[in-house]
Amino acid sequence: MAIELKMPALSPTMEEGTLAKWLVKEGDTVKSGDILAEIETDKATMEFEAVDEGTIGAILVPEGTEGVKVGTVIAVIGEDGGAAAPLVAEPKPAVPEVSPASAAKVTPPTPKPRPEDPAVPAGTNMRSATVREALRDAMAEEMRRDSRVFVMGEEVAEYQGAYKVTQGLLEEFGPKRVIDTPITEYGFAGIGAGAAMGGLRPVVEFMTFNFAMQAIDHIINSAAKTNYMSGGQMRCPVVFRGPNGAASRVGAQHSQNYAPWYANVPGLVVIAPYDAADAKGLLKAAIRSEDPVVFLENELVYGRSFELPELDDHVLPIGKARVVREGRDVTIVSYSIGVGLALEAAEALAGEGIDAEVLDLRTLRPLDKQAVLESLAKTNRMVVAEEGWPVCSIASEIIAICMEEGFDHLDAPVLRVCDEDVPLPYAANLEKAALIDAPRIVEAVRKVCYR
Amino acid sequence: MARTASPKKSAPKDAAGDEAFALRSLQEAHAKSPRYPASDDELLHFYEQMLLIRRFEEKAGQLYGLGLIGGFCHLYIGQEAVAVGLQSALDGEKDSVITGYRDHGHMLAYGIDPKAIMAELTGRGAGISRGKGGSMHMFSTEHKFYGGHGIVGAQVPLGAGLAFGHKYREDGGVCMAYFGDGASNQGQVYEAFNMAALWQLPVIFVVENNGYAMGTAVKRGSAETHFYRRGTAFRIPGMDVNGMDVLEVRAAAEVALEHVRSGKGPVLMELHTYRYRGHSMSDPAKYRSREEVQEMREKHDPIDAARAELLARGVAEDRLKEIEKQIRSKVNEAADFSENSPEPELSELYTDVLVECY
Repeated sequence: MAIELKMPALSPTMEEGTLAKWLVKEGDTVKSGDILAEIETDKATMEFEAVDEGTIGAILVPEGTEGVKVGTVIAVIGEDGGAAAPLVAEPKPAVPEVSPASAAKVTPPTPKPRPEDPAVPAGTNMRSATVREALRDAMAEEMRRDSRVFVMGEEVAEYQGAYKVTQGLLEEFGPKRVIDTPITEYGFAGIGAGAAMGGLRPVVEFMTFNFAMQAIDHIINSAAKTNYMSGGQMRCPVVFRGPNGAASRVGAQHSQNYAPWYANVPGLVVIAPYDAADAKGLLKAAIRSEDPVVFLENELVYGRSFELPELDDHVLPIGKARVVREGRDVTIVSYSIGVGLALEAAEALAGEGIDAEVLDLRTLRPLDKQAVLESLAKTNRMVVAEEGWPVCSIASEIIAICMEEGFDHLDAPVLRVCDEDVPLPYAANLEKAALIDAPRIVEAVRKVCYR
Repeated sequence: MARTASPKKSAPKDAAGDEAFALRSLQEAHAKSPRYPASDDELLHFYEQMLLIRRFEEKAGQLYGLGLIGGFCHLYIGQEAVAVGLQSALDGEKDSVITGYRDHGHMLAYGIDPKAIMAELTGRGAGISRGKGGSMHMFSTEHKFYGGHGIVGAQVPLGAGLAFGHKYREDGGVCMAYFGDGASNQGQVYEAFNMAALWQLPVIFVVENNGYAMGTAVKRGSAETHFYRRGTAFRIPGMDVNGMDVLEVRAAAEVALEHVRSGKGPVLMELHTYRYRGHSMSDPAKYRSREEVQEMREKHDPIDAARAELLARGVAEDRLKEIEKQIRSKVNEAADFSENSPEPELSELYTDVLVECY
């Protein structure tokens, strides 16, 4: 039985090459591993090895031939028989055909309508709680509910949390489930992701998301992509949480909003709540989720108090925005600390006779596009307020959505109010000048209302 | 440089005066009884597994040359004794395995269906990752094989995380985390060593030292070329093992497993091995001599050695030929299946991005 030797592809991109030199001649006996020829590609000269045993029959492409297409039969080996009886590859097109037309036809599935927040039953006691307490309670409740849930991070246990978010957890759950890590973000993010792959439910705290840059490889390459790359076989239900965005006077390396970075990545869920009820309800949902979640908190908001419903199990839907203030004239879209500023701006605007609606995105991936478009259809004007840089931001994304899918509802261009496009400075006056504030949102709203 | 098949017998001195810090104790135990006393049937089984990997990888190389396999494809040829020797010592019911991108051999050694692996290499819907992972990204949670990871070194903390899970659940399992001499220079490896030792995690770190990090010889990229010593700073005992003899590998694995299973924390094993083929399919192999490769192939091949040993033990050559024939046909069947099964449905593009619907 004769074996056809074909021009091999020696790299992912090689389509043709030069058959530089034959190192065997017709009639030679070869065995696996012998070099048959040298082949030149645009990158290198490579040796072409025999994988079968046999005798070289006809050499069909002489040495020195340029532009030999991958898959061309270059020689034939006659089999000697014996132990190595190789398979002859069927003469088939060298590269499986892909029809670009059919590739273009496939459309993404339409997202299902998202559930509303569960109604808080009438008569539910509301208590005042800080965001810090709400987050802690969310973790404690989920740890009581599911023994697979544990918390790890720097200073989460004995120190009670660098920002006291994990206060009291060590006392209740012990060192097996509340674990102080060394200062080693890349390593413990990997250990957390691996533990999730193995079936646990880790909550990995980063002291701030600025330090998570050390670990971003595991958040994205290990956690976000594994379910897809494994064809749905291997999940990674981990929560990465911690404060994100500018704090106060801590300078450029400790003051960045990473929301757009993570929201860019398919395979991640990204949540950035503002108030205590959302923080609690969404963190509980995040811990229960089968998907990897990046949960972005804000240091400046930790100490703020909000009304929190006293429910046995307050869980909110992921992927759902919330109208936090109804209005007719204009929509201010925001998330995280920006929501507070948007509400402040809306109050000021009310005094000028502008009735602003404030939409809190809450989840940044998957983004509640529908809520954005519905509010736009109602008010026809929109401003996006974001504590973060303007370039390639969540604001940019909201504007693109309005252009692509809400164009007919626009009575004015959508404007974004973001931080200045500079690393955050230390000096108090410069820092103030760099960060978003309510007056800037007010000014942008006046513009889109042509006032 | 071609590491020879005999491991170094000398090991570094222990920290003076710290008797509990017995970094050499496992090496000494291994040296006392360096080869696993396999029965004929066991050795036959190892031979069969190694040969399956060899033939499978040769076939993958052919299919790559035919353009049926795309992208990067890293073959395990030459290193077979490592995966087979180590994994044969594991308990498939409870232990877990994780490795880097050169993963075909570890999967085959774990008994995962060659058809599903080859079909993944050719990007077909019947592939183990439904055609969405490729050569470097394959998983089988059913077999407790956790990948298949394309980022060099990432599998080391992930493996420590799997071990964390074993300890947390108290299921008695051990994680075996493989990486190469190249990955050994990644910082995250040492972050994982530190935590694994600090928390006494049941993990065996396995450095498959094949002499080259892509095209960089060990001595050109590593200040400390004795990788088994690199756990010293974390009080992790090291073992220096000949990775070209499946029975030496198996014997070493038992020593390491006994230590880890008894709750004493991680072990770092260095397996001296060699890859005959390039780093990936597009490797011009200009960084080492032809003679070096030939020397390893001809004098230290783990499969030839097992075959010779079986014959010397009196196993009939016909029996070996029969095994060889069966493996050929198994591999050919996998290749046919991988060529003839359809590409994934286009709708697969959008599935498995997230598990849940939000």
